Amino acid sequence: MNEQTIIGLLVSVIEFGTLLYLAALGEMIAEKSGVLNLGVEGMMAMGGVSAFWVGVETGNPWLALVFAAVVVAIFASIHGVVSVAIGADQVVSGLALTILGLGLAAFLGEDLVFEAPRAAFANFELGPLADIPWLGETIFSMTLVSWLALALGGATWFVLNRTRAGLSLRAVGESAATADAAGTPVVRIRLIAVAIGGALAGMAGAYLTLKLAPGWSELSTAGRGWIAVALVIFGAWRPGRVLVGSVLFGGLLALEPRLQTFRCQPGQEGLCLGFEIDPIIVSMLPYILTIVVLILISIRARHRPSVAPAAIGQVYRREER
Amino acid sequence: MNLKNWRLLTVFVLALSLIAAACGGDDEGGDFKAAFIMVAPVGDAGWNFMHNEGRLAAEENTGVETAFVDAIPEGGAEFDNAVQQFIDDGFDLIVGTSFGYQDSMLEFANNNPEVMFEHVSGYLMNDTNMGNTFGRMYQPRYIAGMAAGAATTSNRVGYVAAFPIPEVIRGINAFALGVARTNPDAVVEVAWTSTWFDPGVEGNFAQSLIDNGADVLTMHQDSTAPGQAITDAGGTFIGYHSDMSAQVDAYLTAPVWNWENRYTDIIEAAKDGNFAPESWWGGMADGVVDIEIPSSSAVAAEMQQIKDDIIAGTFDVWDQGTITAQDGTVIFEDGVIVNGWPDAFDEEATVGTPGEAINDGHLLGMNFFVSNVVGSLG
Repeated sequence: MNEQTIIGLLVSVIEFGTLLYLAALGEMIAEKSGVLNLGVEGMMAMGGVSAFWVGVETGNPWLALVFAAVVVAIFASIHGVVSVAIGADQVVSGLALTILGLGLAAFLGEDLVFEAPRAAFANFELGPLADIPWLGETIFSMTLVSWLALALGGATWFVLNRTRAGLSLRAVGESAATADAAGTPVVRIRLIAVAIGGALAGMAGAYLTLKLAPGWSELSTAGRGWIAVALVIFGAWRPGRVLVGSVLFGGLLALEPRLQTFRCQPGQEGLCLGFEIDPIIVSMLPYILTIVVLILISIRARHRPSVAPAAIGQVYRREER
Repeated sequence: MNLKNWRLLTVFVLALSLIAAACGGDDEGGDFKAAFIMVAPVGDAGWNFMHNEGRLAAEENTGVETAFVDAIPEGGAEFDNAVQQFIDDGFDLIVGTSFGYQDSMLEFANNNPEVMFEHVSGYLMNDTNMGNTFGRMYQPRYIAGMAAGAATTSNRVGYVAAFPIPEVIRGINAFALGVARTNPDAVVEVAWTSTWFDPGVEGNFAQSLIDNGADVLTMHQDSTAPGQAITDAGGTFIGYHSDMSAQVDAYLTAPVWNWENRYTDIIEAAKDGNFAPESWWGGMADGVVDIEIPSSSAVAAEMQQIKDDIIAGTFDVWDQGTITAQDGTVIFEDGVIVNGWPDAFDEEATVGTPGEAINDGHLLGMNFFVSNVVGSLG
């Protein structure tokens, strides 16, 4: 363990954290409006393949990011239409979106498997700040996508808590009937929230195939979408806590290999780990932590109002009110 | 019609079409047909992709109709259903390409004597209608190691590996022996990802090895993510499975699979009624495994020489002087075992009796690291 290995760990935390935060933030926005979307894994795959394709064709990662966001916003709207407008079960529709997304991405990306990445998000060195020890090579050299994710997190907080639109969105997620009675367009707001959630999942997919693991192959999302769903619960539907969770879960993902490479080796200088932890245990930790948080939330909900949007998962039909 | 009725109608139509689909397409008897079952998507650019390439080539060579299903997990009802479906559809030969299929396949083989079975990467078979196939990947791995040893300037070669099973360990040891041949000062550092396919994780493990000083990377995984990581770091990549030069800029060479000949042979034999179950472990001489010699390597001529000798059968990767384990124990010397090692499948037992020559059984149960490997066995 030396300076380079620590910096490598931190860079990796930022990379996984960015991926998870983008996807989780999107899921959080949809859930805040009362729509659970279990399609994150499929949406991320669709974003990944769309972005990688544009990257190969144009060499421009930003164009790829925008394209992925638009494609997946439209793709997510399938879930919006089916579960919000038509009123199908959100869980079933979301799972269908995951299955459809993984299959469609594999089909569309068949010819991309043997393509080399032609576009990648470059590290962005933030002027003199990039010369600061430790921070300079990590936070102040991260890609603009990571800054964008932070900005989107801030914007989400602001919109949700300080604007009328955010109030409407939360109202729809708490009690659609009440919001409807107050003249809030329930269906429209939910459709928009699901589409925005899709756009963010699409950006997460773009970050995956153009930065974190450049290249495309089927199933390359490898379950990160599910971690994002868990993160929303872990973060109690709040942008700041979801960010903390993203860094924490990203940290666990980043730590997994380094438990092995930080091990004491013969003739090694510097600090090293004198013990072994099975990396499989570490890869389970995000889910274990989520279960623990779920339990804590449930216990707390006995005394105080639940932190979850009250209308989540509920189909709203005006005539059945 | 209101919403509820619409949904009922949709369900009804879907159910009808499913029943219609299930009834159609039955084909009893007729022409000879071969089916392939794979554990992961064939679009993975790795193990399964190469099997599918072999299937397509064999189909072209033999004119036999083939079919495949992929992403079928090991040891579950899905696999059993897939096999049963192929049998019901009149397939005559069924090939399963993942290790964990073998127990179930043997049961199917024993219960369906009219169908022929070939299992890849395992060891089970019977005397009548099930054989097994694998390749001596350790041969090209050794040659790849020679290239890695010559290419590293930091004397650290990283090895991103999936699971500590004998197949993977054997590959690492052969590779490390090749490294030692061209660069006695270099070490091979191994990190276990616990996954065959997960680009994010594989890239992350690759990066952690690079941070530890590796300037050459290789892997026993299914994605090219480690190749992208070492490309970014300005190092050299030695791939696996297939030629990855198109995807990875830092690509030097790769030990590759080539199933075309083997699958062609099996299908021909089965079609002509000459299917004879055997435990077939082909090497570079059979073409099932191969490596391209990179002309840019400083040891290209020596690699070519070893390759020729392996194909000619005059060079044995394991019979090159003394092989010492990580802890200093001498394992092999002068072509015979000096000390056995713990059995990978049975902790109480050891593999190899002192004085025995090295045989395939020893190689299949390899469960120790040679001395220039850094990392633990899981």
